[in-house]
Amino acid sequence: MTKKANLSTNICGIAFKNPVIAASGTFGFGEEYNELYDVSVLGGISSKGLTLHPKDGNEGIRVWETASGMMNSVGLQNPGIENFIKSGIPLMRRFDTVLIANMGGHSMDDYVTGAAMLSEADIDMLELNISCPNVKSGGMAFGVKADVAAEVVKAVRAVCRKPLVVKLSPNAENIVEMAQACERAGADALSLVNTFQAMAIDIHTRKPVFNNVYAGLSGAAIKPIALRMVHSVCKNVGIPVIGLGGVYIAEDVLEFMMAGAAAVQIGTVNFNNPFAGKTIVDNLFQLCEKEKIEDINSVRGCV
Amino acid sequence: MHCSESIVAKNVQITSDIFVIDVENPGLKINPGQFFMIKGWSGEPTLMRPISVFKADVRILSFMYRVVGKGTRLLSLMQEGDKLTVLGPCGNGYPVDEISGNVALVGGGVGIPPLCHTAKVLSGKGCRVDACLGYRNEVFAASDFEPYCNTVAISTEDGSSGYKGFVTDILQPENYDFILTCGPEVMMRSVVAKAAGSGAKVFCSLEHRMACGIGACLGCSIRTKKGMRRVCKEGPVFDSALLDW
Repeated sequence: MTKKANLSTNICGIAFKNPVIAASGTFGFGEEYNELYDVSVLGGISSKGLTLHPKDGNEGIRVWETASGMMNSVGLQNPGIENFIKSGIPLMRRFDTVLIANMGGHSMDDYVTGAAMLSEADIDMLELNISCPNVKSGGMAFGVKADVAAEVVKAVRAVCRKPLVVKLSPNAENIVEMAQACERAGADALSLVNTFQAMAIDIHTRKPVFNNVYAGLSGAAIKPIALRMVHSVCKNVGIPVIGLGGVYIAEDVLEFMMAGAAAVQIGTVNFNNPFAGKTIVDNLFQLCEKEKIEDINSVRGCV
Repeated sequence: MHCSESIVAKNVQITSDIFVIDVENPGLKINPGQFFMIKGWSGEPTLMRPISVFKADVRILSFMYRVVGKGTRLLSLMQEGDKLTVLGPCGNGYPVDEISGNVALVGGGVGIPPLCHTAKVLSGKGCRVDACLGYRNEVFAASDFEPYCNTVAISTEDGSSGYKGFVTDILQPENYDFILTCGPEVMMRSVVAKAAGSGAKVFCSLEHRMACGIGACLGCSIRTKKGMRRVCKEGPVFDSALLDW
């Protein structure tokens, strides 16, 4: 019998049993999917995007299927950081997996106050969302301009004692410059990419489908672009990168890791196949065996 | 929450665009008004389709659906022996324990099928059930209500069957303790408005675009008088008093 491949990896001193992490916003706090399979098989879970104060999210249509993907405009509906610390963390701590708190914001003050609160809480990592395309007056602005992003990262870094992952938007003016600016500002790791700004129009009403006009595109449709961005960022920064954008199958995980990613996140695929997390992890063992990969980290950045 | 592949027992066309697909019931008890996320494909389309339960017994789960897009078109092509992925039962369903006495079921279009399983369960617990079913033109499923209902009234917009006009015209809310409605939002709003002051308690089953179907993605959240609620989890059935209509 052959020895099972080593899928465990380490990012900023945090041990992941495998490189498959549930992406923020697609997995709640893990409890719904845990009714279908033991989500402790995952390497980690990134929480629903949190804001300092509770948020109702956007009005109107929030999800829209597209060719090989979907758009969303949920608008960061969440219970707020205080409630997350009180109720969300205990829920997530029932699972034997890395707990990543994903946090968005509307202003510099929100980001700093929220990060300080989460930094004191029982989380493993903080994922700073400077890239939500669905929140007016904030979020997105931080994700487009490298100098603005760097300011936020620097301020959050100053109050955050947990490993700090900065989640980048593919809508950044220049993704490599953005990544380098965040690295210089103190990010411990990066995750990319968030959704692409996109739109749909209802030809009958002659109006945009989404109240916010633009929404975020995700899924298989964006994978090749996400992969290119992860590759070029990995070539130009020294910190670990978590790759995401259309990861659907175990082969995609290897592609992102060969492009340089230390781990991946899975989002939209959870809706296509509710068992996706478990399936990808199981298949990754088999795939590594087939490809004669003893340690998954050995292929990292080989391209 | 259950998710598995179920064998298709049959998939038949009822009208020009309405189909019924029966699959083996993997041992699930269904509360009336609950739904499943279903798909008969792997890969594309991205999302599973939320379809409510038309009929259910220990052997069979039955879904009646209208072909409106590529997902339902693919469903319509499925054949006996194929495998349908079923995730559910999703949502709350009608509060059967709370419902008693005289009950009106008011359905419109593809909102009609889930009321059939509802009629069966409510008649089984001793309710006196009347069905008011509204169609554009082609009538479907009405005969399936007959074994469980005191009366089955039909309306069509073109007058080709039953009363010509809207189903809300034939509803007499003062005759009922409970009114359960499912269909287009404009129809349900009209039911709620007509029932105001009649003494009947109204429950509405909402339809919404959704991605996960199990409460994780918040793609189907609606604003209610008590804050945001997920149609797939706290719904799809809501007390009309909670709705911000």
